[in-house]
Amino acid sequence: MPGFRQTGLKLMRMATSAGLSGLAWAITGVRPIWFGSRPSDRQRIYFANHASHGDFILLAACLEPRHRARTRAVAAADYWGKSRLRRFIAEDMLSSVLIHRVWTDPSQNPITAMLDVLDRGESLLIFPEGTRNMTDEPLLKFRSGLYNLAVARPEVELVPCWLENISRVLPKGHFLPVPLLCRVIFGPPVAVLPGEDRRAFLDRAHAALLALRPRRASDRR
Amino acid sequence: MMRETVLLLAGLGAVLVTASIVAAILTARAPDPSSPTLVNLNQRIKAWWVMVAIIAIAFFFGKDGMTVLFALISFAALREFVTLTHTRRSDHWVLLAMFAVIIPIQYWLVWTAWYGLFTIFVPVYCFLLMPAVTALQGDTERFLERVAAQQWAVMLSVYCVSHVPALLTLQVPGFEGRMMLLIAFLIITVQGSDVLQYVFGKLFGRHRVAPLVSPSKTWEGLVGGIGAASLLGGAISFLTPFGPVQAALVAFLICLMGFLGGLVASAIKRDQGVKDWGHLIEGHGGMLDRADSIVFAAPVFFHIVRYFWTV
Repeated sequence: MPGFRQTGLKLMRMATSAGLSGLAWAITGVRPIWFGSRPSDRQRIYFANHASHGDFILLAACLEPRHRARTRAVAAADYWGKSRLRRFIAEDMLSSVLIHRVWTDPSQNPITAMLDVLDRGESLLIFPEGTRNMTDEPLLKFRSGLYNLAVARPEVELVPCWLENISRVLPKGHFLPVPLLCRVIFGPPVAVLPGEDRRAFLDRAHAALLALRPRRASDRR
Repeated sequence: MMRETVLLLAGLGAVLVTASIVAAILTARAPDPSSPTLVNLNQRIKAWWVMVAIIAIAFFFGKDGMTVLFALISFAALREFVTLTHTRRSDHWVLLAMFAVIIPIQYWLVWTAWYGLFTIFVPVYCFLLMPAVTALQGDTERFLERVAAQQWAVMLSVYCVSHVPALLTLQVPGFEGRMMLLIAFLIITVQGSDVLQYVFGKLFGRHRVAPLVSPSKTWEGLVGGIGAASLLGGAISFLTPFGPVQAALVAFLICLMGFLGGLVASAIKRDQGVKDWGHLIEGHGGMLDRADSIVFAAPVFFHIVRYFWTV
């Protein structure tokens, strides 16, 4: 009965995303700050800094439910596709898109997988650093995917999202989160300028995301 | 106790209804109904409805309800405090323990009425062991500042707040089974004093108490608010084992402590460059913005009652 299975999966996904958003709120009190962009029905690519597996749950918790339902996180197939359980969590429960960070077979081209999602009218959430940031740097260098997507689908809005405090909640080498207050700061959209090359655009997008990082008094001295 | 509880709820309901009506009239008459003060006033009153409802539900569940409610308040307050302070990766275990070990143990000690340990668990054992754990991590960068902030976070958010449900463990002769009403007395007078200071300050405030710390605290608000709250305390002495004059005097002391709590909280916020602790309570700010007065008043109230009224 494929109909039942589909409906069951859909209900399970809705329950999971509502449950996880609630959990994210209970632990971190997460809330969105719309700074230069607003919640919108437009198709978007949200790009964010990345430090833990909980990041996209925090970001999803800040989207309105109907926007959340049509936004899919991009996750690494080499991690999330490793076991049946992980794949079930990533694909069936969280409806993420699994991509191959290293590929040779053209059918595994990550850009194709992401464009497929965009062509279905859904929004994407990507972490352009390509991996969880385990360094003391606030933001690693961006990989090219963001540029390739922006050039291929110029009508899609690119919205930078700074996840605040995530590296304090779950620092490198730990798996139990400390409940600290988190915010997700959504910045003004960026777009590829006419004639702008890959590196220049990626640097500009990187700077646009980093510019959203709040400065705290206790970090100054 | 049934009679007092009904009176209490009726009284609070009447105050909230009156406040809502007054705010509605003010908003309808105002030349600019979307002025920040009016919007904030309406948000605050709406939040008060929710807060009174939550406390009433906890009240209904008695000691268990109160202990759980204030443990959750400690959790929210501690989260706001720690978020604001400087933390490093090497603090992770201590920070985790503050939430996952210290809060549960402190409230368990309160719940089991283990007075001898709950009064020293934080200031002796936690205060000595927390810096020891931090030192064992081997990271001495801004060590004293980090340790001090952690200890104060636990002191204010957990230790002081836990003295509210701890009132239920006291044995006042002739007042058995009614200690819940003392919690009501504490919250009504201290929070009432906050509200009255706000009202008096908005109406008559001219001279600031500490302009460099908090621009909103004025002598007019302070004197009017604490004076009126002390009278309020005298008027609701039927909730307590105190006589009316004693009740007014106790109310005066805890409202004064509440004021000092707000002042200290303002100084910390100013130092950290923020206006509010958080955004948990619409119109008020974070949990600590609302609870800062209770934090300072609760331990003093607890010990006044314990010293003068218990055997």
